[in-house]
Amino acid sequence: MSESKLDARRLLCPMPVIKTQDRIKNLQPGDQLEVTCTDPGALNDIPSWCRIHGHEVISTHTEGREITIMIRVM
Amino acid sequence: MSNTQRKAVSLISGGLDSMLATRVILDQGVHVEGINFYTGFCVEGHTHAIRAKDRKKAKRNNALWVAEQLGIKLHIIDVIEEYKDVLLNPVHGYGRNMNPCLDCKIFMVNKAQAWAWMEENQFDFIITGEVIGQRPKSQRRETMPLIARESGADDRLLRPLCAKNLPPTLPEREGWIDREAMYDFHGRTRKPQMALAESFGFTEYSQPAGGCCFLTDKSYSNKLVDLWQARGERNYDLDDIMLLKVGRHLRPAPHYKIIVSREEGENHYLSGYRNEFISLETRSHNGPIALLDGVPDEKDIELAASIVARYSQGRDADQVRVEVRMQNGNCRELTVKPLAPSDIISAWHV
Repeated sequence: MSESKLDARRLLCPMPVIKTQDRIKNLQPGDQLEVTCTDPGALNDIPSWCRIHGHEVISTHTEGREITIMIRVM
Repeated sequence: MSNTQRKAVSLISGGLDSMLATRVILDQGVHVEGINFYTGFCVEGHTHAIRAKDRKKAKRNNALWVAEQLGIKLHIIDVIEEYKDVLLNPVHGYGRNMNPCLDCKIFMVNKAQAWAWMEENQFDFIITGEVIGQRPKSQRRETMPLIARESGADDRLLRPLCAKNLPPTLPEREGWIDREAMYDFHGRTRKPQMALAESFGFTEYSQPAGGCCFLTDKSYSNKLVDLWQARGERNYDLDDIMLLKVGRHLRPAPHYKIIVSREEGENHYLSGYRNEFISLETRSHNGPIALLDGVPDEKDIELAASIVARYSQGRDADQVRVEVRMQNGNCRELTVKPLAPSDIISAWHV
């Protein structure tokens, strides 16, 4: 199981979702991905995308304008 | 009806029609997954993310929201590069503005088809929320067969909301779905869709007035054409088309343009481009950030500074200090008199 990071800062939705989707395509069940974004829309959209594709959002954290979303690939 | 569960891919825009069309086919026992194409011109999300005044609005991608309501997967595909050819060279021309709606629909159905028939996907047919007569450019009786033919989807393209007004498609002829359970909507009225939504218990849905594309917007289209004229070529990248959505655009001369932020959210967004453009920011008063696009000379920069000062809280002051930052980070200050509103020529506004 691997842990990796995705920098989606300055990208506006849906690009952070697309980048997350494309990255997860190449990960294995159990792998974790940490996505960092600045578009507040990502706080809804990435968890929404995870729910419909069955992945788990482990945590979300907002600090200033940066949002960090930790995902477990299922 | 066949016993094998068939698979359909549905073009999900985030609006009501594709939501209804998908639900109609789900009710037929078909496995449906959604597909959504991101062209760069999609209204979804961006302006909400940029403008502080919109931060109170629900910040959600409607296509994702629709997929979640329907309980289907949604695949969002980045087609920014491929879409350039659709916009720059539309075989069927533009609509009222720079919207190549018919070519766009053909392109998207073609892309959906390419995705659907891939070996790892193996879908049987494609569905859209199109309704005959709903849109003046792309959704007309004569364009329905044209889209099916030119996209290559042919009779594997099903429009559940108006299927009864069209010849039976393969899914109907093969009994994968029941044609009698399809609809015969037509025209611009939204009443049948709203009634169907109510029957499904859909109480919340998105119905953007101009559709879901910035290219249907007159002001946006004007800015795009202005960009091409100024550069002497019809081309763009993602940053170009994003910046057209932000701020006031003023072109005092053909060789440069000023993009002036309108509020805090845009200030923040434009400040992310300070290494790509000369930028201006008022220092003696609170005010906007502006980017200079093009090749302004020193006199142009001074005029731009006085325009930026006019939009600052120092608009009535005798002098305003404006920081000029070059792309390499070198900064200097100009002291300027804010331009009077009457001196801002209306033709400058793009």
